[in-house]
Amino acid sequence: MKDDIILKVENVSKSFGGVKAVDNVSFTLRRGEVLGVIGPNGSGKTTLINLITGFVKKDAGTVIYNNQDISNWPAHKIADAGLARTFQAMRPYPTLAAYKNIIPPLFSPRARRSARGKLGDRSAVAIDLLEEVGFERDARVPYKLAGALPLGYLKRLELSRCLALMPETIICDEVFSGLSMSEIVSMVPLMEKLQRDGITLIMVEHRLRELFKIAGKAIVLNFGEKIAEGAPEEIFNDDRVKEAYFGGEDSYVFK
Amino acid sequence: MPELRKERLDRGVKVRSDTIYALSSMKEIMFLVGPGLLLILLLLVLPLVVSPYWQRVMAITGVYALLSISFGFLANYVGLVCLGGALYVGVGGYLSGLMNAAGLPLIICIPLATFLGALLCTLLLLPCLPLRGVYFAIVSFIYPLLAGRLIAATGFYGGTDGIPGLDTLPNIWITLYLAILILLIILYGISRMVNYEDVGLVFRGVKDNELAIKASALDLTWYKVQAVYISAVMGCFAGAYLAHLYGWVGLSLFAIDFSILPVAATVVGGSGTLYGPLLGALILVPASEAMRAFGTLRIVFYAVLLVFFVVFWTEGILDFLKRKYEQFEHWVRI
Repeated sequence: MKDDIILKVENVSKSFGGVKAVDNVSFTLRRGEVLGVIGPNGSGKTTLINLITGFVKKDAGTVIYNNQDISNWPAHKIADAGLARTFQAMRPYPTLAAYKNIIPPLFSPRARRSARGKLGDRSAVAIDLLEEVGFERDARVPYKLAGALPLGYLKRLELSRCLALMPETIICDEVFSGLSMSEIVSMVPLMEKLQRDGITLIMVEHRLRELFKIAGKAIVLNFGEKIAEGAPEEIFNDDRVKEAYFGGEDSYVFK
Repeated sequence: MPELRKERLDRGVKVRSDTIYALSSMKEIMFLVGPGLLLILLLLVLPLVVSPYWQRVMAITGVYALLSISFGFLANYVGLVCLGGALYVGVGGYLSGLMNAAGLPLIICIPLATFLGALLCTLLLLPCLPLRGVYFAIVSFIYPLLAGRLIAATGFYGGTDGIPGLDTLPNIWITLYLAILILLIILYGISRMVNYEDVGLVFRGVKDNELAIKASALDLTWYKVQAVYISAVMGCFAGAYLAHLYGWVGLSLFAIDFSILPVAATVVGGSGTLYGPLLGALILVPASEAMRAFGTLRIVFYAVLLVFFVVFWTEGILDFLKRKYEQFEHWVRI
């Protein structure tokens, strides 16, 4: 089924002290779709992801994934259900070689249930996976210590750790940020390939031009609230979005 | 006059990372396995050459060495600083002692106390597992203190007198070689696990990055439980062994030394591997024994030694030796 809804987020809220980090956000996502999540710094994008993936406890709201209510599931169980994520601040295991970073997810129950986990030596599978995301095997990059890898590789390592789980959905937290232009250019086809493989993507992003090469629609957050949703043209023409990004006419800049 | 140049042995052995080796000669193989073989040989031969008094010291050193490895495994590879050493020793010792007093032979008591005791310790530490770092250390330290007070106050299990008259291990050779054998098996098993087994890599992942473990669809708490159980098995065996070395169990099995010495051994030996804490224990326990002549003053020497390491020699002895070993140069003819 191409049209069925894979993820449904309803009225999710979270406050840190007096700050409403995420305020009553709802959206739905169909299988195979690519959704962008954009918004100014501090608008609650990463928190929203943490809430969906169970890394932070929700104050209120429900999350339905594949017709299951995952609202109160622990993070590892949500990942086990096929909803994987990357971290904006990369989280490699610095003391291990890059390919050994991919072995824990390959060792997870989800990967072992699937065919990939049974494909003999996990190190070999890990190296194949890394090669898929752009680790040059011939230059022996997969064998380097993860702590010594440059940023671009770390982003790919994050992605590859998700792919090891054979997920249906990947939530990418700023895979393009901090990368050079040429690195971004080489990253875009990778994301497009994921999309072609039928993986549903949520991409939190600041690089809008690259984002909309991949994403068909986006939601915009500002101060934790969803202020717009839709195709790129709709979003760029939305007054509230303009106000959030550039300041409204009544803001002090114009006075 | 032939031309000479200096050559390092480790060049060419290590290729680009610590995990890949390229070996082309017997000499290079010996360069890698030599230190390990030396350790094994030393442990096997030493009991044969020392006096009966030092043989007993060796047995006690073995107990501390096990505890230090248990501590080092959790601290260096799982990221849990566990001061529960005294809990392990106490639980293992008392369980084995109670079973022995009830008439079970040692060959059943010790293994049973090791594995059941470890289960009990793990269950006790289970509620503290969400804690990390110094918080986990403090809470794990409370258990042995609590257990000691509880037994003293209630008079259970012999109260402050303990349970005397237990079976002792048959003779000094069995005593010593049992400890050495277990020590070597554990060293081999753990270092293999944390470097080559998938579950060992998960443990190291837990240390490096708990969130990434969760994101990898792995149940963080379950892996911490497994790691604590493994370390508790080592500690409880040490406790059961100690009980039957003395033929007595009592409150001193919950003594804080068992929790603290592994920390000191890690400081002296160096952190990061299992061998650092092991080396530390192999130095500190006999050193403490050798200073017995100074009476209570030896605590002062001990403290000074520790401060010296903390302030001036933070890398520890093992890393220092390793560096020197790898940098060792010899002259070759060209």
